[in-house]
Amino acid sequence: MTPALRHKTDPGIVFIDNDSAARVLHYGEDFLEEHLPIGTRVVYPPPPIRGLPNPRGAIRHALNHPLGCDPLYAQLRPGMRVTIALDDISLPLPPMATPDVRQTALEIVLEMLGDHGVDDVHLIIANSLHRKMTESEMRRMVGSDIHKAYFPGRYYNHDAEDPNGMVALGKTRHHEPVRVNRRVTESDLVIYLNINLVPMDGGHKSVTVGLCDYESLRPHHEPQTIRDSDGYMDPAKSELSRKVDRMGKIVDRHLNVFHVETVLNNRMYSDALSFLGKDEDEFSDLDRLKLAGTRWSLSRLPAPAKRQFLHRIPGAFELIGCYAGRTEPVHEKTLERSFQQYAVPVKGQCDILLSGIPYISPYNVNSILNPLLVQVMGPGYLFNLYRGKPLIKKGGTLILAHPCYDDFDPLFHPSYIEFFHRLLPETRDPFVLRTKYEEEFAHNPSYVQMYRDGNAYHGAHPFFMWYWGENGRQHVGRIIVAGAKNQHVPEILGWESAETVTEAIAMARSTHGRSAEITMLHVPPIMIPEVS
Amino acid sequence: MSRGEPANRPAKAAAFYDLDGTLIRTNLVHVLGYYARNDQGILRSLKTTASTLAGIPLFPATDFYSRKLFNDLFFKWYRGQSYDRLRSLAEDLYRDVIRPGIFPGTRALIEQSRRSGLRQVVVTGALEVSVRPLLDDLGITEFVANRLEFADGRATGRLAPPVMASASKALWIREYAEREGLSLNDSYAYADSMSDLPMLSVVGHPTAANPDVRLRSTARHHDWPVIDLSQPNLTPAL
Repeated sequence: MTPALRHKTDPGIVFIDNDSAARVLHYGEDFLEEHLPIGTRVVYPPPPIRGLPNPRGAIRHALNHPLGCDPLYAQLRPGMRVTIALDDISLPLPPMATPDVRQTALEIVLEMLGDHGVDDVHLIIANSLHRKMTESEMRRMVGSDIHKAYFPGRYYNHDAEDPNGMVALGKTRHHEPVRVNRRVTESDLVIYLNINLVPMDGGHKSVTVGLCDYESLRPHHEPQTIRDSDGYMDPAKSELSRKVDRMGKIVDRHLNVFHVETVLNNRMYSDALSFLGKDEDEFSDLDRLKLAGTRWSLSRLPAPAKRQFLHRIPGAFELIGCYAGRTEPVHEKTLERSFQQYAVPVKGQCDILLSGIPYISPYNVNSILNPLLVQVMGPGYLFNLYRGKPLIKKGGTLILAHPCYDDFDPLFHPSYIEFFHRLLPETRDPFVLRTKYEEEFAHNPSYVQMYRDGNAYHGAHPFFMWYWGENGRQHVGRIIVAGAKNQHVPEILGWESAETVTEAIAMARSTHGRSAEITMLHVPPIMIPEVS
Repeated sequence: MSRGEPANRPAKAAAFYDLDGTLIRTNLVHVLGYYARNDQGILRSLKTTASTLAGIPLFPATDFYSRKLFNDLFFKWYRGQSYDRLRSLAEDLYRDVIRPGIFPGTRALIEQSRRSGLRQVVVTGALEVSVRPLLDDLGITEFVANRLEFADGRATGRLAPPVMASASKALWIREYAEREGLSLNDSYAYADSMSDLPMLSVVGHPTAANPDVRLRSTARHHDWPVIDLSQPNLTPAL
């Protein structure tokens, strides 16, 4: 079968043949080119849906034709108190080229508020227990004009550790405490501006998680909930989503929340790097030149410079949908549109699942993908990128390509360092970790201070990151990391190590046999295989 | 050496704080300068102030070399001062010099630490007489500080033993923890200077607070948290 024909069998699926080109895998801040065994199935993300021709018009239309409530302008009256909450820098990945869609939406919403005499307006970044955004990141997200008008007194990060800044709204019938930001509870209207990159974003999660505190996050960010979730990307099968929805209904009973959800396409690479999303058999000469040039340049840079270089390349995302109104009807529309972009039909599971780990995750924008985050990307996100059945069979082998540097950002991830080097060598059992150490880290005064006054992730965050990989760890038989630059990081994570992808596949075949089904997930950009 | 009553409920661990440069911006030299400026009589005040100013370049140099040598030289400047006078100036000193120098993050750190059930203990090389008003304000009743030696109501220019500096702070913390049944492994310590490395090293949770270059580098090397209490919290109070 010629390369062209191979691509015709199933959109987004390529089977490796003896004349196939090498596949490009992300490898931290580098790239690998690997010739994969004949018969390997490579799953590609769907091409980007064309962006809406008039994003501002689409946002205005959504505000004026909301689902389940009155239009935004009809809810406004002079002198009312309004809070606008925004998703933080963890979305989208990488940060999109300016103007960010949040800026576009904010400009429209703020103009409308001003026209209706509403001037008691605060903008709060719904960072939950994520790190607070730096001032320059905040400026980039909303543009200089809004930043100048609102920062710092009326444009700030949510502070989940402010002793006077949180209010309890009640408890669910399962005794889950619902606690959110005080300013939000004291507002006549809350407008939530969301970015939906994958189906687990948005909906009840926006306010219930984005503006909560540690006590309110604990009931669902815990190992049993993760074990009981059949993937994170299918809300109907996710225990995590069920719990958040249950708590979100209490939020909706107490607060008047007007959601504005935006759906972006998956155009994460700008033109210069767009070849990374293509089938390698279809590379033009220019694409090959770009790949060789990129690899050559990166090979000559030290790791921090590579990070700087890669983190400065913005995503070329475009708006493909905008919906506004009440939480549930809005999110239903958002999910529908989101799956149109991300879903890839895939027939059958595999024995061996291979993927490269890129330089970025939701938790290390402008920072280092430390070992714990490599783990989040592997058994955490990659494993959970599915709808229907997991892409990998129960007991299968997950192969990840990453250098696994023992490198942490002491300003953004201070508690991760202690978690990785002190706790994981003692136990990898998430239940023991939660019982024995989680609260100690959560209330550690130094970590609380670094979260509140600095830009550190909350002290409990590394625990959540470890739990995030729990259903992946329970499902797969082996995890092998290819290309690790040391032995101790994979060992601490409980993984095996191979020098190359080829060696890792050979190791996996020693378990599953020569006829093992091998699948490579060609991410990023993100996709959601719908496995039948 | 002073120690007040323990916290309301028995705690198994404590947070030990250095003071100068850690919780407050001011240090021993600022305090000495204040006392010198307010010496009795204009001529005497001018003379003492000029003498103190002249000695200032010497202090960092000796401190860099040896904290003991620094103490020997530094506290000579107090020779002849009466206890009553130092005591009576302490409130003004607190109001004019120390209070404006409390770092923005200090109170929140102590409050968080207290909420975590840790006993709050200050271990400082500053003078007991000058730090009492500050500790009263911070609600810290357990502390150890240096005391001047007095003879006939006048300071001799020497410190009364045991002198709190470097290793002796660590030793005091060890003995204190043993006496009070505290777990050092679960305890915290905060300091800003490399001279306080021993104090940081004896607890399970050391933290460098507003550290100097050498301590910052050491903290990074040991993967200790580094906090900056001088940064204000940008989230407005609602």
